[in-house]
Amino acid sequence: MTVLSCVSVRKAFRGSVVLDDLSLDVDEHGVVVLIGASGSGKSTLLRCINLLETVDDGTICLDGEDITDPRVNPDKVRQRIGIVFQAFNLFPHMTVVDNVTLAPRRVHGVQPHVARERALALLDRVGLADKAGEYPDRLSGGQQQRVAIVRALVNTPRLLLLDEVTSALDPELVGEVLDLIKDLKGQGMTMVIATHEMSFARQVADRVCFLDHGRILESGSPEQLFGDPREPRTQQFLKRISRV
Amino acid sequence: MAFRRRQTVRSVLVAAASTFVVGIVFYLVITSSPGWQEVRSTFLDWHVARSSVRPILKGLWLNFRLLVFCAVGAVALGLFIATLRTLRPAVYFPLRALATSYTYIFRGAPLIIVIYVVALGAPGLRLQGTPSTLVLGGIALVITYAGYIAEVFRAGIESIHPSQWAASRSLGLTYRQTLRHIVLPQAVRRVAPPLLNDLVALQKDVGLISLVGPVDAIRAAQINVSETYNFTPYILAGAFFVLLAIPLIAVTDWVTLRAARRQNAEAGR
Repeated sequence: MTVLSCVSVRKAFRGSVVLDDLSLDVDEHGVVVLIGASGSGKSTLLRCINLLETVDDGTICLDGEDITDPRVNPDKVRQRIGIVFQAFNLFPHMTVVDNVTLAPRRVHGVQPHVARERALALLDRVGLADKAGEYPDRLSGGQQQRVAIVRALVNTPRLLLLDEVTSALDPELVGEVLDLIKDLKGQGMTMVIATHEMSFARQVADRVCFLDHGRILESGSPEQLFGDPREPRTQQFLKRISRV
Repeated sequence: MAFRRRQTVRSVLVAAASTFVVGIVFYLVITSSPGWQEVRSTFLDWHVARSSVRPILKGLWLNFRLLVFCAVGAVALGLFIATLRTLRPAVYFPLRALATSYTYIFRGAPLIIVIYVVALGAPGLRLQGTPSTLVLGGIALVITYAGYIAEVFRAGIESIHPSQWAASRSLGLTYRQTLRHIVLPQAVRRVAPPLLNDLVALQKDVGLISLVGPVDAIRAAQINVSETYNFTPYILAGAFFVLLAIPLIAVTDWVTLRAARRQNAEAGR
């Protein structure tokens, strides 16, 4: 079953084209990894899917419903999609547990104590139950990012978008976040992941898409795309990445 | 440790001694000046002070009540106007334009003229249920100060990074919920020092309603001055104002210090 379907999506910022006739399907329980240079449109695609940006042309369907239709209420759509950002974007004036329970309490009308219990259970699963009462600035980057993932998961979204979630982390903290994402894959979460971590992409991806100038230039299984890329630009990109 | 403590004790003693010496010098220079006797009798007359303290305190009580009501009103109206000014969707352009012109007009218009127009102009309409000059004067103060306070709040709202909006909206919260639960709590904390500063200024300006009738502390002092031909009541009223302002100024300093510490802590990470 197809959860997400992007068809001929176009997006330009002040005349510069960021997404150019881009199409992408994501099946239920599927994990699609987007790779590509900075500015290739990975983040913009994720922001468009979450309706944080409006597309200029084309359609995006979630469970068969066209969410780019202007009559659709974006707040309702976003309740079904979770997104995690590169810079965590936790709310600094709220404790960890309040960050997590905000949406259940305010959006889904869950009783505060029910929301709290569920949040604590999820925090426990990612090993952060003891940090529930802390403010985000007392946590390490890896811990903050795991809280951000829990915050996105607490609504049990149909689709989880991860936007370079390890790029702002110290190298020794990357592992704990990537392990959590691997767990999520094991539980069958449908995900679209933008990342620069190629070895991680190889491990979790069902399909890898190489974005170049707002287009999916090449896509395939991780073995095919990393082992035997067809396009010269893909080969070039992978060579440049592996040298770092 | 003991050395440190000795150093602290020493610096406190030096500070006390130098303050004492400076104080003595001031005292001697002023009291030995040729006009000191006349100045003392016209500005620091004990009997005049005793007879004028009651009406001045009565006026000060009016200042205080007016301050509380005007502060609450101005903060509420200012917050509302700031919210209108930060609405992004194109449909709200008229509201945004209205709020923007409001802050331009009332930051520009002299308070005294606003008080005259509202407190003396509104009753001229002879509408049923026009409130007293006191209330109208208070409304003029609220209208004017809301212009300044709106800009303080706007600065706070715009200082919150767009990623906070994105994070909140992505969770399904609406624009209003995001403003209410995410943006305003952070913005208000950030602008608390300048906000309190405006309230200290308001504390002094509430007395201006005496221009249209009500007797505040300074007006009461003025009446006493004209009865006794002695300026002591002004000194007394001034001293009361300073006393009234000290708690608010102290709170402002404390909040500013705390905000600065927090920002340093953030930057240190």
